[in-house]
Amino acid sequence: MHELSIALSVVDVATERAREAGGGRVEAVHLRVGALSGVASDALRFAFDAACEGTPLAGARLVIEEVPLAAFCPTCRAERMLRAARLRCPVCGTPTPELVRGTELEVTALEVEEDVPTYR
Amino acid sequence: MSPRIVEVRQAVLKKNDLLARRLRQQFTDAGVCVVSLVSSPGAGKTALLGETLRRLAPTRRVAALVGDLATDHDAVRLRASGAPVRQITTGTVCHLDAEMVERALDGWDLAALEFLFIENVGNLVCPASYDLGEALRAVLLSVTEGEDKPAKYPTIFATSDLAVITKMDLAEAAGYDDALARRALADARPDLEVLRVSVRSGLGLADWIARLEAARSETRGRIRV
Repeated sequence: MHELSIALSVVDVATERAREAGGGRVEAVHLRVGALSGVASDALRFAFDAACEGTPLAGARLVIEEVPLAAFCPTCRAERMLRAARLRCPVCGTPTPELVRGTELEVTALEVEEDVPTYR
Repeated sequence: MSPRIVEVRQAVLKKNDLLARRLRQQFTDAGVCVVSLVSSPGAGKTALLGETLRRLAPTRRVAALVGDLATDHDAVRLRASGAPVRQITTGTVCHLDAEMVERALDGWDLAALEFLFIENVGNLVCPASYDLGEALRAVLLSVTEGEDKPAKYPTIFATSDLAVITKMDLAEAAGYDDALARRALADARPDLEVLRVSVRSGLGLADWIARLEAARSETRGRIRV
């Protein structure tokens, strides 16, 4: 269950990048999770809430885009969608070590609410 | 007011990746070949590492880092080989990361070593995500744990350079099907090298040592003179 470690890294990245972008409250973090990234989205969602507690990200949403695995088949000379544990072209059966997508684990964007001045 | 969108596009583990890259450069510059071992708990990492240290120690300067959640049992066991061994206790963390490796190396003269082995925490899931700067990642699969492990844990097999099937002396008793295992390994990573060993009978160990020496030659070939 390394999703907590991953979630803490997500919080670090988001906190830092939000600050660089001029601050404000982070409402949502957008993440791309590849099918072969080794990370389970459900466990990550669960860990994210815990990881945000007590940080400027507390209450932020995690929006996960799951990226299916794709490889280039050298025989068909085409991109093919694969299952994670079977790196072979589903059409012709050629082994496909050259992955095009599906290993990524990256923060793609933040939704930031500008700090609204409060008057009393 | 609707929220502002800030484009980021940053790998979540960038910090680890950058540190691992720096470590890899340090290892290359020092001429030390770094090999990491990953597997499920009980696949025989410590037994293989102990035998490897014993076989290499007479001719090579070897050292090892071993990761576990608790206890220094593995380090104590491995020190019997005479090689310097340090235990990394991770507490509750289920994998090693580059920072733990860097910290554990503190005070060691890398240039005085020819091989450094890193035994990861027994776990086929989490170690897959963390680059440690190693030149070679070997994943162990014992004949007693089922030929379909690569299908169940594809990421660790896809990120390894070499698969070592262990406990071959038990293959018959365990009903191990080599063709099935080979197919599962090839599906998880088509260009994965596969070796078969038994620490108990000695089967395949000469090939394993030869593979390590080949990796060391590659490391040395990369040294800038």
